[in-house]
Amino acid sequence: MAFPTRGQTRYVAGAMIELRDIHHRFGDRIILDSVDLTIVERRVAIIGSNGSGKSTLVRLLNGLLVPHRGTVRVDGMDTRGEAKAIRRKVGFVFQDPDAQIVMPLVDEDIAFGLKNLKLSKDEIARKVEDVLSRYGLEHLRYQATHTLSAGEKQLLALSSVLVMEPDYVVFDEPMTLLDLRNKKMMATVLATLPQVAIVVTHDLDMLSGFDRVLVMDSGRIVMDGPPATAIPHYVGMMS
Amino acid sequence: MTFALYIARDTPLHRIPPAAKLLALVVAGIGVFLIPDPLWLLPLLAAIAVLFVVAQVPLGATARQLKPVAFLLVIIFLAHGAFTSWTLGVLVVLRFLLLLMMALLVSFTTRVSDMIETIETVLRPLANIGLNPAKVSLALSLALRFIPILAEMTHEIREAQRARGLDRNIIAIAVPLLVRTLRLANTLTEAIEARGWDPDPPARIRR
Amino acid sequence: MDTRDIVYVALFAAVVGALGVFPPLTLPLLGVPITAQTLGVMLAGSILGARRGALALLLFLVLVAAGVPILAGGRGGFGVLLGPSGGFLLSWPMAAFAIGWMVERVWGRLNFVKAVTINVIGGILLIYVCGIPWLALVAQVPWDKAFFGSLNFIPGDLIKAGIAAYVAVTVKRAYPLIQPAAVNQE
Repeated sequence: MAFPTRGQTRYVAGAMIELRDIHHRFGDRIILDSVDLTIVERRVAIIGSNGSGKSTLVRLLNGLLVPHRGTVRVDGMDTRGEAKAIRRKVGFVFQDPDAQIVMPLVDEDIAFGLKNLKLSKDEIARKVEDVLSRYGLEHLRYQATHTLSAGEKQLLALSSVLVMEPDYVVFDEPMTLLDLRNKKMMATVLATLPQVAIVVTHDLDMLSGFDRVLVMDSGRIVMDGPPATAIPHYVGMMS
Repeated sequence: MTFALYIARDTPLHRIPPAAKLLALVVAGIGVFLIPDPLWLLPLLAAIAVLFVVAQVPLGATARQLKPVAFLLVIIFLAHGAFTSWTLGVLVVLRFLLLLMMALLVSFTTRVSDMIETIETVLRPLANIGLNPAKVSLALSLALRFIPILAEMTHEIREAQRARGLDRNIIAIAVPLLVRTLRLANTLTEAIEARGWDPDPPARIRR
Repeated sequence: MDTRDIVYVALFAAVVGALGVFPPLTLPLLGVPITAQTLGVMLAGSILGARRGALALLLFLVLVAAGVPILAGGRGGFGVLLGPSGGFLLSWPMAAFAIGWMVERVWGRLNFVKAVTINVIGGILLIYVCGIPWLALVAQVPWDKAFFGSLNFIPGDLIKAGIAAYVAVTVKRAYPLIQPAAVNQE
C-alpha cells in the first residue's frame, strides 16, 4: 500500500468538489447559510459543535442531500441529477458501523455495492478478495457480520466503501464509537488512504497531518486554514 | 448465518438442492391430508425418523423444536378422544407430527441463504406483476442481518432497565427499542443509498 | 416503496423476531404465558401503516418458513405455519394491514382509546376469526372447543392491545411515519 505524500495537492484536471452559495433548511431552522467551498486538498477536516451543520454539509457531497439553494459539483458533475454517478465517486463512512453494514455475511456486505455496478461475478469476487486481504479480513470472509468486534466492524464498513474504488471518501465521525486501540487503527488507515478524505470529527488529536481544517458554527464556515491556525481558533471559540 | 435451525453436516440430505426439498415438502404436505387411515401414516413417520438419523440431526435440536408444539398436540388429541373419536385424534396428531418433522428436516439440512436464494428464484416471475426482485432480496437480507442486532439491542435495553427494576415492563423496553430502531432506519437508508443501491437499473447496454 | 420503506419493512420484521426471542412473560393472576410477538403485529400496523406493516409481517412469515427460528420460543420452519396454530400466524399480515388501515383513517386524531379499539378489532378479533376456523378445520377440533379454548388467551391479548396502543401513541410523538389517509388531510 503506497503511503501518500502529506500536504500534496491533487492537480488532476477538474478533480475537485465545489459548493456554491449553499443554503439549507430543516423546516424553519437554517442549517447551512451561504456556504462557498472548493476542496482540492487530500486531507480536509470539518470540526464544530453539535448542530453546527457539519453532518448536513458532508451529506451534500455525495447527493444524499440536495441543497435548497446553490449547487454542489463533484469533478464538474452536479449532485442534482447526477447523484448516481457521484455516489460512485464519493464514498461515505458513517459513525456507527452497525447501521451501515447491510448484509448478513462479511463477503456479502463487501459485494453489496459492487452488485449495483453490474459487474461480472468473477470481477466482484476478485475485488472482494483484494480488499479483504488489504485490510487483513480474509479469515472473517464467511463470518456473520453481527459477530464481529467493534474494530472489525469499522474495518468492514470501510472496506465495503473502498471496494467501490471511490476518488473521495467522506467520514462522518469515524472515531466517536471506538476505543483507544481502534482509534489508533483507524488513524493509521486514514493516514495511508490514497483517496481524498473529508473527515467530520471531534478528535482534534488526529488532525495534525491534515492539509486543511474547516471550523463550522451556526451553518457557516467561520475559520478555514491549516491545523496550526484553525485548531487554536476553534478551542478559543469553545472556551 | 449463526441464527438459524441449520445444522452443518455433510450428508446426502444436505446435498439435495433446496428447490427439490421445498417441492417435496409441498407435495408431501398435501399428500398427508389425503391419507385417511392412521395405519398408513405410521410407516411414513418411521421413514422420516430414519431420515433424521441419516441427516445426523442431534436429538436435542429436534426435541427443542417439538416441545412447544407437543403440548398443543396432546390437547388436540384429548379433545378428540373426549368429543369425537380416538382414531380421529390419532390421525390428526400424526398428520401434524409428520408435517412438522418433514419441515424441520428441510430446515435442519438447508442453509437459510440457500433457501432465500430459492425463494427469490421462485418469486422472480412475479416481476411481471410489479414485484421488484431487487427490493425483495434487499428486504430479506436486511431482516436476516438485523434480527440478531435487534435481539441484542432488546437484551441491552432490558439490562439497562433492570437497574431501575423495569426489566419486566414491556413498555419500558418496547419504547426505547422502537425509537432506536427508527433512528437506525434513518442511517441505514442513507448507507444503502450512499453505496449506490438501485432497484431499477437501466436496461443493460451490453451486447 | 422507496429505500426507506424497504428498510422499515425489514427492520420491523426483525423487531417482531426480536420480540419473540424476548422470554414470554407470565401474567401474574392467570398463569397464561404471553409472548410479546403479537405486540409486534399491532406495533407494525400502527407505526408503519397498512402497506408497510402488512409487508413487514409477510416478510417475517417468509423468514419463519425459510427456517429462521424467530417464532416465540425459538421455533421456526415451514411446518409451524401449517400446524394447528397456523391460522393465527398466517393472519398476522392481514391484522397489521387492518390496524394500519384504521390508524391511517384517524391519524391526526389518534389517541390511546382509539388506538386500543383499533388493536382489539385488528389485532385480536381478526386474528381469532382466522385462527379459530383453521384450528377447527385443520385440526378437526369441534368448533365450540376451538372457540372456548382460545378464549384463555384473550386477557393477555387485551393487555397487549393496551400496551401496543400506549407505545404507538408515544412513538408517534417522536416519529410520525404514517401519511394520513386522504380524507383526513388538512
